[in-house]
Amino acid sequence: MKAVWVIVRKEWREVFRNRMVIFTVAFLPLVLTAIPIGILASTRGGGGAGDFSTMDLPSGFERLCGGLTGTACAQYALVSQFMLLFMMIPLMIPVTIASYSIVGEKITRTLEPLLATPISTLQLLSGKALAAVLPAVAATWGGFAIFAFAARFVVVGPEVVARLADPLWLLAIFVVGPLLALASVSAAVMVSSRSTDPRAAEQVAMVVIVPLLGLFFGQIAGLIFLNARLVAWMAAGLAVIDIGLLAFAVGLFQREAILTRWR
Amino acid sequence: MIQTENLTRRFGDILAVDRLTVSVAPGEIFGFLGPNGAGKTTTIRMLAGLIGPSSGQATVAGCRLGRDDTTLRRRIGVLTETPGLYDGLSAQANLLFFAELYGMTEPSAAVEHYLRWLGLWERRFEPAGTFSKGMRQKLAIARALLHEPQVVFLDEPTSGLDPEAAHLVRDFIAELRREGRTIFLCTHNLDEADRLCDRIGVFRQSLLALDSPAALRRQLFGRTVVIHLRAVAPTFAAAARGLDFVHQVKEVDGKLLVTLDDPEVRNPDLIRTLVAAGADVQFVGELRQTLEDVYLHLVNAKEKPA
Repeated sequence: MKAVWVIVRKEWREVFRNRMVIFTVAFLPLVLTAIPIGILASTRGGGGAGDFSTMDLPSGFERLCGGLTGTACAQYALVSQFMLLFMMIPLMIPVTIASYSIVGEKITRTLEPLLATPISTLQLLSGKALAAVLPAVAATWGGFAIFAFAARFVVVGPEVVARLADPLWLLAIFVVGPLLALASVSAAVMVSSRSTDPRAAEQVAMVVIVPLLGLFFGQIAGLIFLNARLVAWMAAGLAVIDIGLLAFAVGLFQREAILTRWR
Repeated sequence: MIQTENLTRRFGDILAVDRLTVSVAPGEIFGFLGPNGAGKTTTIRMLAGLIGPSSGQATVAGCRLGRDDTTLRRRIGVLTETPGLYDGLSAQANLLFFAELYGMTEPSAAVEHYLRWLGLWERRFEPAGTFSKGMRQKLAIARALLHEPQVVFLDEPTSGLDPEAAHLVRDFIAELRREGRTIFLCTHNLDEADRLCDRIGVFRQSLLALDSPAALRRQLFGRTVVIHLRAVAPTFAAAARGLDFVHQVKEVDGKLLVTLDDPEVRNPDLIRTLVAAGADVQFVGELRQTLEDVYLHLVNAKEKPA
């Protein structure tokens, strides 16, 4: 385990020198956190309770809102739309870090000396994966914490803030987020094994975001309605996908293949 | 310390290393010479447990290849073909990273020792990316030695270094031998191999020759005496050819080049014969074939087997 942390520390020292990585890790979560806060604030300024009716909202929300008033339900509906933004953070950050981390090793030809040390492939891969996943999860949770704190000041009532701790949100932020980050790292490892340009690897690996964007727009269009059950299914599906992706990524990350085929 | 038996590696249809059988003793500097693409780096990678052989076997530092490669890698140091440093990290951070990966108990002390030894201590906080080629190579050498390995594989250690830095690295390699480490040295610098190596193996997919540089010279070219004469006459060469221990006589630029067995014993007879034939002998010396001659002879012979 010590070797894994040695790799994680080195990765962070190295990748966080890159401005592109810093921008992605620091700026992206701030933007994606600021957007829902700003929208909530704008809906609050419109007037008091009663400006919205639950009849104005997609049918699923009536059931979801329970005892919330019209505006509170509208705010919760809006916030729920933007929950997917928080799920983009763990998808996008690992892709950037892992792409620079792995392709960087190829470019500087540092992989061979690294593989000549007594570390196992699993330790090496775990170190690289953790180095990409941890900042993503921290940024997601940090963004959510900022959002949950700031939401107190812009929602119409504490009952909306209380909904941020319901199973839907907890599952999305604390379970689906890390699983998405893992999927993202696996995708980055796979793409990086065939790429010699970190930006190209990053762009190709960003394909992992497409299903989430589909969900996002599907929800805005009223075609999909995110609820705790659906998010739980997402988590279960992601866990299975992660296992498959990880196995495939580890398969690509064989020492011999790295040394003889990675060009 | 290193023993290989019919070690072979194929990449698809390409035969990179063909039945390499070699034994390197503890404390020996073994020179591994061969042209680009001969399979030297593949051999090092196999011996370092980085890639597996297609067939054959090897034992390095007491570890059988493929059985416990993690222990093997702990016991060896590898200087790869390219320095492979983390450019964004300082010299010290580069070395500390590797020292920690090797699980060293006092990584800082070892890092300081090698940085001082190689003259990089004053620049330890500077990013490796700002270093000259020579400094980078020295840093890579330090990385290969940090964990005090029993066997060190050096792939082109003086490649691209200025004469002063190359000299420092050669001294360093000689120092490693004094410490009893076994060194497997790949180099294109034949003068370096001649000066440093106890034995050399000339390699091109398979081993073409294996012995000490001096023995290889003897085997391939015999021993040749150079005799400087005041004036050369055809009768002198004929007189030398008449001796049964003389293999070959050539006349070059007013000198006789005589190839013979055991010059220490036979030279007096040879000189007496030449003087009796009327030659005025000015100087007598031995023609030293360079390792380059040996190398080119062997490699070209392999290229043109006919």
